[in-house]
Amino acid sequence: MIRLEKRPQASQAFSWAAPVLAVLATMFFGGLLFAALGKDPLASITTIFWQPLFGDFAFYYRPQLLIKGAPLVLIAIGLSLGFKAGIWNIGAEGQYIMGAIFGAAAGLAFYPTESVLIFPFMILAGALGGWIWAMIPAILKVKFGTNEILVSLMLVYVAEQFLASMALGLLKNPEGFGFPGSRNLQQYGSAHNAELIAGSGMHWGVVAALIAVIFAYVLLARHRLGFAIRVTGEAPRAAKFSGVNPTRLVLFCMGMSGLLAGLAGMFEVAGPAGQVTIDFNVGYGFTAIIVAFLGRLHPFGILLAGGLMALTYIGGDIAQSQLGLPAAAIQVFQGMLLFFLLAFDLFTNYRLRMGRAEVA
Amino acid sequence: MDLSAINPVLFVAGFLVAATPLIFAALGELVVEKSGVLNLGVEGMMIMGAICGFATAVETGSPLLGFAAAAVGGALLSLLFAFLTQITLANQVASGLALTLFGLGFSALLGQSYVGIKPPRLAEVNFGPLHDIPVLGPVLFSHDIILYLGFALVVAIWAMLKFTRAGLILRAVGESHDAAHALGYKVVRIRTLAIMFGGACAGLGGAYISLIRVPQWTEGMTAGVGWIALALVVFASWKPWRLLLGAYLFGGITQLQLNLQGAGVAIPVEYLAMSPYIITILVLVVLSADKSSAPASLGRTFHASS
Repeated sequence: MIRLEKRPQASQAFSWAAPVLAVLATMFFGGLLFAALGKDPLASITTIFWQPLFGDFAFYYRPQLLIKGAPLVLIAIGLSLGFKAGIWNIGAEGQYIMGAIFGAAAGLAFYPTESVLIFPFMILAGALGGWIWAMIPAILKVKFGTNEILVSLMLVYVAEQFLASMALGLLKNPEGFGFPGSRNLQQYGSAHNAELIAGSGMHWGVVAALIAVIFAYVLLARHRLGFAIRVTGEAPRAAKFSGVNPTRLVLFCMGMSGLLAGLAGMFEVAGPAGQVTIDFNVGYGFTAIIVAFLGRLHPFGILLAGGLMALTYIGGDIAQSQLGLPAAAIQVFQGMLLFFLLAFDLFTNYRLRMGRAEVA
Repeated sequence: MDLSAINPVLFVAGFLVAATPLIFAALGELVVEKSGVLNLGVEGMMIMGAICGFATAVETGSPLLGFAAAAVGGALLSLLFAFLTQITLANQVASGLALTLFGLGFSALLGQSYVGIKPPRLAEVNFGPLHDIPVLGPVLFSHDIILYLGFALVVAIWAMLKFTRAGLILRAVGESHDAAHALGYKVVRIRTLAIMFGGACAGLGGAYISLIRVPQWTEGMTAGVGWIALALVVFASWKPWRLLLGAYLFGGITQLQLNLQGAGVAIPVEYLAMSPYIITILVLVVLSADKSSAPASLGRTFHASS
């Protein structure tokens, strides 16, 4: 008879092995799924994981890795702070949209003036947009005890409608011949989040993501606030005794994750996307939840997980054009990853024991 | 703007239809939460039900078979959640999110060849002369069987929770899983059954959107109804009758918003479309002060060793 036994202490080794096992299991079952869709499973998996890095056109795809990875890492770092403390901001998609709208609006307000001050101002505006959107659930939670999960998620739908209204209304390009969407920020020098080194994919968002990783690491490992976050997540009662102020913690974690998501949106709209359009958001805010968990809520883990998830986006695009793999199959693939991760996580806290159960 | 364009009889009949997906999904989640499990995957199970029901109805030509398939599809997906939270003891919030993300992707994959097709129509129940009563006839006696099933289910769940032994056991497991376990009840088995019931209900709700309310298939068509259903359970403070009331309220708002769009009110369409979500938030704020009626073990992981 096999039974589960709680480990006296969580296994460090397994906590890091679980994501690796989850990726392998996802590759295997993903392969089965692709086979069921009538595609060669081995070719699909190598197309997704190998081609972008080492294939014939890797010089084109490698910069994409930074472009897709940066928003994922930026958002996931913010989310991980809250998730660690049991504060569930799952509306990062909405905060990302608001950051993009605020950032783009701040830049377009000065069109066509050229000044070096415009881009920093846009960064501030983007961060503010995401922060405000996250403060709504945060304040409702601390004032009225409202569930932050539901409120932050509802606000995603509100933000999507707001985005549609902006793209068709206030921010619409007056010289756009009636097409929806704002002016293209890529053609507005002062507001363009251009590549820092041409052809590298390295833009200010990538820099911000790296800074966020280091900042989060220092915060969690060295700062009192990081201690408060960790202790609240692991032992809420102990947190009370050690003088953690839960109200401040909620405001900080939600605000920080909103701010970072807003930044991600702003960098995206000013750079790779270029325009505020109705469907400019592509679900980074939700994928970042997977990234945060896959990275074990640890800053460096998130960096790796963000890279991996970016890889599946790019590889998915390649598989779509070369093998005709449907776009939704990649979405399923990413969802599977979270499933397997959660399942394998069992062995971090429990172990299997053979033999008869003792009489309690 | 022409408010007289809104026909009150059609409006009421319309909001009963708009409320039905919410009734199913929220009622299923109510049972799940009564057993002490928080399943945030309602949206994912609904969209799976929507496509399973749609595809089956189109292929077989029978909407009723479609609804049956939707219930099975939702329940199967919920089994994944049950496996994660009950067997591998994963965090319920994360598992529910995983379920929603996976369900949205998987349904899009299944539904690729069904975009732009019209499903077979489910006939109205024949009430004979009742249908011809002015006002009451079109409002109450001109709907399909599933809508009435939703209403009947509210009554059945209310009676089950209040009067039966099964309801008592379900509530015991949700209030204190350790005590229920000590009394010899199979906590994991009971919770798994509750989760599957929730999945089947969410599936039915989803299929009601794709087969009757809209009726067609588009990716992500549930558009947050699953999340509103979760909010509705809190709104109802875990009571079936209040849930019914809440579902009608939200159905009414959705319908009113659509009618106002049609009537050409001066408010832009996007802001009207926001209103159900904003009102959900407002309602949550007003009602969140009182959490006393939430099941005490809600969201906590159970393992017999602890």
